[in-house]
Parts: sequence; C-alpha cells; structure tokens
Amino acid sequence: MLEFLADASENLYPARMQMALSLGWHIVFACFGIAFPAIVVFVEWRGHRRGDEVLIALAHKWAKAMAVLFAAGAVSGTLLSFEMGILWPGLMGRFGEVFGFPFVLEGFAFFVEAIFVGVYLFGWNRLSPRAHMFSALPMVAAGIVGAFCVVSANAWMNNPTGFRLDEQGNVVDARPWSAMFGPSTWAQFVHMWLAAFMVTGFLIASVYAVGMLRGRRDRYHRAGLLIPLTVAALATPVQIGVGDWIANVVADNQPAKLAAMEGQYETTSGAGLSLGGLYRDDRLHYAVEIPYGLSLLIHHDPDGVVPGLEEVPADERPPVNVVHLAYNAMVGIGVALLLLSAWYGLVWWRRRRLPDTAWFLRAVAVSGAGAVVAMEAGWITTEVGRQPWVVYGILRTADAVSPAPGLGWGLVAVAGVYTVLTVFTVVVLRRLARDRDTPVPQEQR
Amino acid sequence: MTLAEVVLAAAFAGLVAYALFGGADFGGGVWDLLAGGAERGHRVRDRIERSIGPVWEANHVWLIFVLVVLWTGFSRAFAAAVTTLHVPLTLAAFGIIARGAAFAYRKSVSTPGMRRFFGAAFALSSLLTPFFLGAVVGGVASGRVPPGIAEGDVVRSWVNPTSLLGGSLAVLVCAYLAAVFLCGDARRDGEHDLADAFRLRALVTGAVTGAVGLAGIAVLHADAPELFDGLVGRGLPVVVASVVAGLGALVLLLTRRYTLARIASALAVTAILIGWAAGQYPYVLLPSLTVEQAATGRSTLLALLVALGAGALILVPSLTCLYVLFQRPRAAGRK
Repeated sequence: MLEFLADASENLYPARMQMALSLGWHIVFACFGIAFPAIVVFVEWRGHRRGDEVLIALAHKWAKAMAVLFAAGAVSGTLLSFEMGILWPGLMGRFGEVFGFPFVLEGFAFFVEAIFVGVYLFGWNRLSPRAHMFSALPMVAAGIVGAFCVVSANAWMNNPTGFRLDEQGNVVDARPWSAMFGPSTWAQFVHMWLAAFMVTGFLIASVYAVGMLRGRRDRYHRAGLLIPLTVAALATPVQIGVGDWIANVVADNQPAKLAAMEGQYETTSGAGLSLGGLYRDDRLHYAVEIPYGLSLLIHHDPDGVVPGLEEVPADERPPVNVVHLAYNAMVGIGVALLLLSAWYGLVWWRRRRLPDTAWFLRAVAVSGAGAVVAMEAGWITTEVGRQPWVVYGILRTADAVSPAPGLGWGLVAVAGVYTVLTVFTVVVLRRLARDRDTPVPQEQR
Repeated sequence: MTLAEVVLAAAFAGLVAYALFGGADFGGGVWDLLAGGAERGHRVRDRIERSIGPVWEANHVWLIFVLVVLWTGFSRAFAAAVTTLHVPLTLAAFGIIARGAAFAYRKSVSTPGMRRFFGAAFALSSLLTPFFLGAVVGGVASGRVPPGIAEGDVVRSWVNPTSLLGGSLAVLVCAYLAAVFLCGDARRDGEHDLADAFRLRALVTGAVTGAVGLAGIAVLHADAPELFDGLVGRGLPVVVASVVAGLGALVLLLTRRYTLARIASALAVTAILIGWAAGQYPYVLLPSLTVEQAATGRSTLLALLVALGAGALILVPSLTCLYVLFQRPRAAGRK
C-alpha cells in the first residue's frame, strides 16, 4: 500500500502537466469547431445572396483552414479521451457512472460534426449551393451541444451533484441527468461558448489585419477582417456580463477558488479588488487595490462580506499565485478586447467603415493571440482554482492519479509529439494563408 | 439479455463499426505505404486519398463512442484496462494524431517535399495504430488485465503472444478491408486497372489473414486457454461462419462481384470479433470480472440506453447521407 502511494504521488505532477498540455492545446481547436462553421457558412450565404465572388472565395479559403483545424481538434480530442482513463482512473473508475454520461452525448455531437464536416468540405461540387449551406447547420448545432456536454462534465467536477456516497465512500444512486445540471453548468457553458466565438473571431481577424498592415487592402482582406471581427466584437461585451455571472456562481459554490482568484486571505467586508501582486505569507504584496471593488463585484454592495482563504484548511487551498495572476490576465485582456470592440463599434456606427489608422490594425493583429491567452488563463483559473480537488470537496487530484509506472515518460512523449504537431500545424496554416488561389476546397490536385 | 448486456452490446457494435470503417481507413494508409515510389504509386495514393478523405473523421468517432460508453457503463473495468494498457494505448493515440493530422495537412500543401513527408507520416501511422489497438485487445482477451487500477504488468500485458497475434491480425484485416472497399470505389470511377490491382491485393491479404487467423488458434491454445475454450465451445459456430464468409468473399472477389464481396468481408470480420466476445462471455475481464459485476448502477445504464436510442435516430440518417453522397459517382460536368 505504501508503495502504491509513493508511485501515485510521483505521478501526480507529470499527469497534471500532461493533462494541462493536452487540454490547453485541444481547447484552441475546439473553439474553432464550435464557432468557425457558423462564420464560414454565413460568409458563403452572403456570397451567394449578393453574387459576391470575393465572399465565395473567402468561404473556400476558410473551409480549407477548417479542414486543418478540425482534424487537429479531432485527433487531440482523442488523446484526451484516452488520458481521462490513463491518467485519472480514480476519477473515471469511481465517478464515471455519474459524470461520464455527458461525454456519451458529446460523442454523438462529435459524430454529427465529423459527418457533416465531411459533407461540407467535400460537397461543394456534389450539392446545390442551398443543400451545401444546409449541411453546415448540423455542425453549428453539434458545436453547441458538444460544448455544453463537455463543459457540463467540468462543471460537475467543480460542483458535483447527482449521486450519494455510502459510508465506505462508494457511489450509490447515481443520477447522470441531474449531474449534468449542477449550479455551475449554465454559467460555465455560456462563458465557454462565447469564448469560442471570441477566440475564433479575433484570431481570424488578426490574420487579415496582418495582411492589411503589409499593404494588401483589397476587398478580400477587408471582408476577411470585418466579418470575424464583428462576431468577436459582438460577443465580447456579452462575455463581460457573463463574467460577472460566473464570478457570482464561483463565490456561491467555491469560495476557496474565489479567494484564490482575488488573493484574499482574511474574510473581509468591504473587500477591495486586488490587481496583480504576489501572494506570500498569507497576503498579497505589491498589488493595486480598488477599494470596495470585490464586494461590489460579488455582492453588488460595497459592504458585502467576502470569505477569505482563512476559512479553508491549509491543505485544501489552491495555489494562490497561479490562480490570481491567471484570473487577472483573463480579465485584463478581456477588458482590452472590450475597448478594441468599442473602438471598432463606435467608428462603424458613426462612419460605416473601419477605423482609419494603422494602430487599429495593429491592435486587431494582436487581439487573436490575446483572446487565446485570455481563454487559457480562464481555464487555468478554473482548473487550478479547483485544486487540490479533482471532484470538489470529495476526491483529491492526488487520489485520482494512476499509480502505473512510466507516466513521467508519457509526459515527455506527449510534449514531444505536441511540439512537432504545433510546428506543422503552424506551417500548414501559414502556407494556406499565403496561397492566393482559391479553388473549391478539397478538389484541387 | 440484461440491461448491462444491452449496453455492452452497443459498445461492442461500435467496436465492430470502428473495425470495419475506421479499419478500412487505416488499411488505406497501409496500401499508401506499400504503393511504391512517388511516380509509380501516384495513382494508387490518389485513389486512396479520394476514398477516405470525406469519411475518415466520421469513421474515427466510433472509437470515441466505444470509450465513452465503456467509461460510463463499465467505469471500473475501463479504468483497470486503460491503466494497465496505458503504453500501447498512448502509442495508438499518437498514431491516431499522426495519421489524422498528416492526412488532413497533406491536402493543404502543394510542395512535393512536404506532401511526401506528410504522406509518409500518414502511411506509417496507419500501420502502427491498428497494431497497438490489436495488441490491446490481445491483452484483454488473454486475461492479462486484472480488475484493479494499474494492477496488471504494464509491459507483459501487451508484449505477449496473444497481443502479437491481435496486432498482426488487426493490421491484416485493415489492409484486407481497405483493398476490398477500394475495388468497388475504383470500378465506380472507371479506374478498372486500379480495381484489378486492389483485387489482387485483397486476394493475397485475404489468404494471409485467413492463414494467420487459423495459425492463431494454436497461439490461443497455448497462451490464452480460457479464450480458446470459449472459441471452440460456445464460439465455434461464429468461427465457422467467419471462415465461410471469408472464403465466400474470396470467391466473390475472383468473380469481381465487389459489392457482395464487401458485404461478405464485413461479415467475416464481424464474425471474428463476435468470436472473441463469445469466447470470453460472460467475463469483461478474464478470468473473473463478469458483465454484471462490472456494470455501473441501473439509472446510469438506463440513461445510456435512452441516449443510445436517441443518438441512433440522429446517427443512422446522418451516416447514410454521408456514405450515399460519396459512394455516388461524381456528376459529370460539375467537376
């Protein structure tokens, strides 16, 4: 038994790193799976409606990129489903019957998406334009359902419901449907779904912003920037509002996570909102504080009481610095993206054109990377903020990890594979972006 | 049939579908690997690419389907198997990544060097992935996965005679199915010389697969006696059915009845898999964990059943739409 524990604790770090790497990689491509079909088919529809060859060419180009991005998402998602069992048997073996179920539903959503991505990408010459556009709609629907299911499983880990434990800690009376609809599910889902549109929108817009900065200011590039940027700019203000919602959900259900996000040790009324700083010896150093900010944020009342980390036993506190700084990074970038969206929206509303300065294009050019960093930081916030638990309050991550020998090598191998995969994905996407001809996707030889 | 058996049967049906459709896609990669130099193999590679391009992602999802049904309906057995067999499973996942990414990326580049590199990655991983997955099946089928978490030997659970047999058979079956399926595809598009070339490949791999399968029975006798007993006992009719269907498929290939040959080949492969299932029934993990013991609670199984039924209502028409669309000859003039 002692040997078992030694092995498992040695595996904890590599297993967590491997999971973080695989998930952090996959999530970017998952965003494209959720949001990109809707954007591409919108462009195709508008192109047909207006008889606009430029938009049709844009749709062709994006469909080609979609083929690459979807494949990357599909294969990296497969590794994740292996890793759920390989790395975390204590989670899957014990609670699979409670929260494994949404993954089954997600499996069907993935099926629909994979089937219709084939129909859509390879059907340009086999279907009428109308039927072709219709074939994208199941992908859009599957993106919503799939995202909901995966996020609901994660929300369950944050706020486990839908089962009881007997005296020995065995799961009894598992109710998988109700496990899917815990207190965090809706807020987390909407947050993630909007994030997918922000990441996809800003990233694609940033590609065309770079092109325009290099002097390619034709209609093709303008449309390539305008349409995804509009999508992202519409999603961003809504996302800020949803952020307020989800912060309240966290405050209600995971006070330790909220305290870590804010670097708050003492339970305080009229708590200030701390930005930046480093957490040491139970307090935050060098942080900028906005008076009453946190109480206002959480309770919409300047004197509201916010519980601190002192309420939680020391061995049940998440690592504060990572969570606090990741959270700050997410909010900071989110606000910057909001300002960019407002700039764009204002100029468009007044003058019906893009802001007429290179600084705007430069800002759009970095917004894609910014949106990705913000989303990753958000995931770090929710995942690291849940530690040391994998199932909040019930199962510690250290008790879920596999004791099998060789997991350290698994991390090395996964890191190597993903390095190579990243390099080639970037190379291929860059070539696609540079390639100026736009025949029908998947038909050219 | 009990509720647990129904759910397990659904996962098993998913596995059969993965073997038939996903397997043929991997087999396509194997033939890409063996197609010869760039000049000589160009037409074969092109044919394979056109055949699997629109469908490989959908076919791949069957694997995910099997995993998620197992971890929801048979959580402990799933955790036991994947932790003991984590090495071949990780290698198979790497193979899946290399195969899928390389195949999709190859389409998007035009420089010959890059295309060749991605082609090689696609082809090699198409060979290795089914081997590792077959080795995993061999480890389970020979009773080398105890029911606890990571309790089995992480090396010998997949480096053993039955796993070697499972891996080899998986590769052969994939290559055989691909060759049979490609015969029909080639003929449909008027590439009669290619159809004949794939027919020859199908006949040869079919014969080799049959020979290895029969020799494998001796391996099982020595290495997996419980499975062997099940195979020659309860499983015997299925084994016979597999041999008959396999021989029938060869005759149909000889007489160039490619559509019927596809069906007979699919039946033969399905029968091999059913033989394995029948051989180890009622155990999920030999020699002691039964289906009923491994199954999770009733409400979870019921939820699964509802989801599987509702999912099938969406899946069947969608898949039909996909296959009908791409099995149809391309309309002339719209090229």
